[in-house]
Amino acid sequence: MPEASVSSPTAGRRLDPWERPDARTYVRIANVSKQFGGFTAVDDVSIDIYRSELFALLGASGCGKTTLLRMLAGFETPSSGRITIDDQDITHLPPYERPVNMMFQSYALFPHMSVWDNVAYGLKQDGVGRTEIRRRVGQILELVQLAPWAKRKPHQLSGGQRQRVALARALVKRPKVLLLDEPLAALDKKLREQTQFELMNIQDEVGVTFVFVTHDQEEAMTLSTRMAVMDKGRVMQMGTPTEIYEFPANRFTADFIGSINMMDGTVARLDGGRAQVAVSGFDRPFTVAVDPATTPLRQGQPVAVAVRPEKIAVHRDTGQAGEHPNLLRGVVRDFAYLGDASVLRVDIGGGRLIEVTAPNTRRALKREIDWDDPVVLWWDPEAAVVLTA
Amino acid sequence: MTTALDRAAKPDGPAGRLARAGGAAARWLVRVTGRGRALVVAVPYLWLFLFFFVPFLIVLKISFSQMVIAQPPFTDVFVWAEGWLPEIKATLANYIWLFQDALYWIAYLNSLKIAAIATLLCLLVGYPMAYAIARAGPTMRTLLLLMVILPFWTSFLLRVYAWIGILKQNGLLNNALIWAGVIDEPLAMLHNHFAVYLGIVYSYLPFMILPLYANLEKLDASLLEASADLGARPWKTFLTVTLPLSWPGVFAGSMLVFIPAVGEFVIPELLGGPDVLMIGKVLWNEFFSNRDWPVASAVTIVLILVLVIPLVAFQRQQDKAQQALE
Repeated sequence: MPEASVSSPTAGRRLDPWERPDARTYVRIANVSKQFGGFTAVDDVSIDIYRSELFALLGASGCGKTTLLRMLAGFETPSSGRITIDDQDITHLPPYERPVNMMFQSYALFPHMSVWDNVAYGLKQDGVGRTEIRRRVGQILELVQLAPWAKRKPHQLSGGQRQRVALARALVKRPKVLLLDEPLAALDKKLREQTQFELMNIQDEVGVTFVFVTHDQEEAMTLSTRMAVMDKGRVMQMGTPTEIYEFPANRFTADFIGSINMMDGTVARLDGGRAQVAVSGFDRPFTVAVDPATTPLRQGQPVAVAVRPEKIAVHRDTGQAGEHPNLLRGVVRDFAYLGDASVLRVDIGGGRLIEVTAPNTRRALKREIDWDDPVVLWWDPEAAVVLTA
Repeated sequence: MTTALDRAAKPDGPAGRLARAGGAAARWLVRVTGRGRALVVAVPYLWLFLFFFVPFLIVLKISFSQMVIAQPPFTDVFVWAEGWLPEIKATLANYIWLFQDALYWIAYLNSLKIAAIATLLCLLVGYPMAYAIARAGPTMRTLLLLMVILPFWTSFLLRVYAWIGILKQNGLLNNALIWAGVIDEPLAMLHNHFAVYLGIVYSYLPFMILPLYANLEKLDASLLEASADLGARPWKTFLTVTLPLSWPGVFAGSMLVFIPAVGEFVIPELLGGPDVLMIGKVLWNEFFSNRDWPVASAVTIVLILVLVIPLVAFQRQQDKAQQALE
């Protein structure tokens, strides 16, 4: 396999703004920190977001993502650092003077106002003319398919409808940036999937820059153009969903996004685009493809070999496996049939369990591999990554 | 999917029999507690019937009688002459008297005016206080609420008396102001309308603050943030979001102040001067000075009618607020 598959594959297509050195930053979060008493909620975060992006702030609760969003909205002021939007410094502007609007997690619809009045509220504050208000509110309610419900009060609507009112209310002012706090968290699974695509379509249509906060990695993966994975107030990694998933920069992101098998070891040998990582308990070192430009390694360096379950091939051990750089033998200890795939936990000795996801490519009542079967596992050097941090 | 438990729960299974027995027991329990519930409700209703409704009927009866110098000082409405049915000797003279004498009209209107202004003052003072308490931290909130309730630990009468000591010619306030050099001559602050308003606002403020606090405390802070986010300045947010949503609290607090303030007797008697004419004082005079029980009763009945109107309005508002929530 060519080296290019390891570095980001950019050749031969239109470049995304974050790949172009001349691209203009739209939202710039520069060295922003926020302390509450002695607690640091956001710790020296710098993020550049480009126009019309769908940018996700992903992390577990308490990682500082919501505080960061609230600083963009103006509900919190950074302890240090600057925030600019379209070259305007908004760090100390009050919420009502910022060119941003927010969709709240609870939606925060005004219970005493109809759908129409909720959506028109922001325009009224700006002193927009009556006919213009009528036109724009009508238009946005059409967009979110709520026109027939314009006269209803929020409590007469379903959860999905309320969510769309909240979206319409935030979008009708044509903000430079739309902030979304856990936009889909309050919806049930089916509705969530449907709304995800609706949100993407709407974003495509209005072209507004979206910044959203989520704890749901799947939501971040499907919705975002890029995301920042946060932990303890810091950005652990920033990149496209593919970059984050396929090229995790550190143990935290590797572990946080999806599942991954990690084995601690040391760099035994470096050979251009290949690294041999010795892991105690195995006679043979593992071979991993590396890009010296992005991850410079040295001999003897403690690292981890990480490989995702779906990138491991698994077969019943017939005693005559071919030659592979990363070959393991083990016994199936756990087996979960999910329909489209099966998840196996394979005991490879020394108390180590390797998780493997095998797609169910054939229709069969009797499983090819089952509990306690001896199996062989292997993966390509390009399938695994070396984690240094 | 049929589990072993489902099979056991079939009507003819052992669990089915158990369920039926359980059902019967539950029905019996509901019947008994149902009766118990009626009993619990009956006690306060009986109390209200005996000590509120029956006295009201007696007062109503007296209001239709005539004054006599006797014991009791009124004629009987029902005279048991010959025959089965009593003869009714009712007169509307007391009510006609009320409508003819301007004194009563002025007293009623004056009471309504004083109560309305005092309610408004309570609202103006109480709203910011309730808002501040609702927005305070948990420890501070408890402390502030305690301070609002604290005056109730002293008798209402004593607290009104204390104001005399503060407001009189050489009272605390005048002396303090003269000492501070703000005024040279003592101000006339007692026995006038000012003192009455002060007394009512002081005495009834907690009744305004508590329902308002209960309402404002429930106000979702994210609504205020949403309003700011949509471009509304703080005062605009207050007018378009906070105030409309706190309307039930405003209404409840205003009723709790307005209704007792209309019939207030102690405050105008102790703090008001001869020119502060309130219906409570008129009522007292009719009853104790003139010993005209029938007119005093008529004054009471009319007062109740005047107050029932805002009470009904209050009830309807509550019902509407309840419906809006459902």
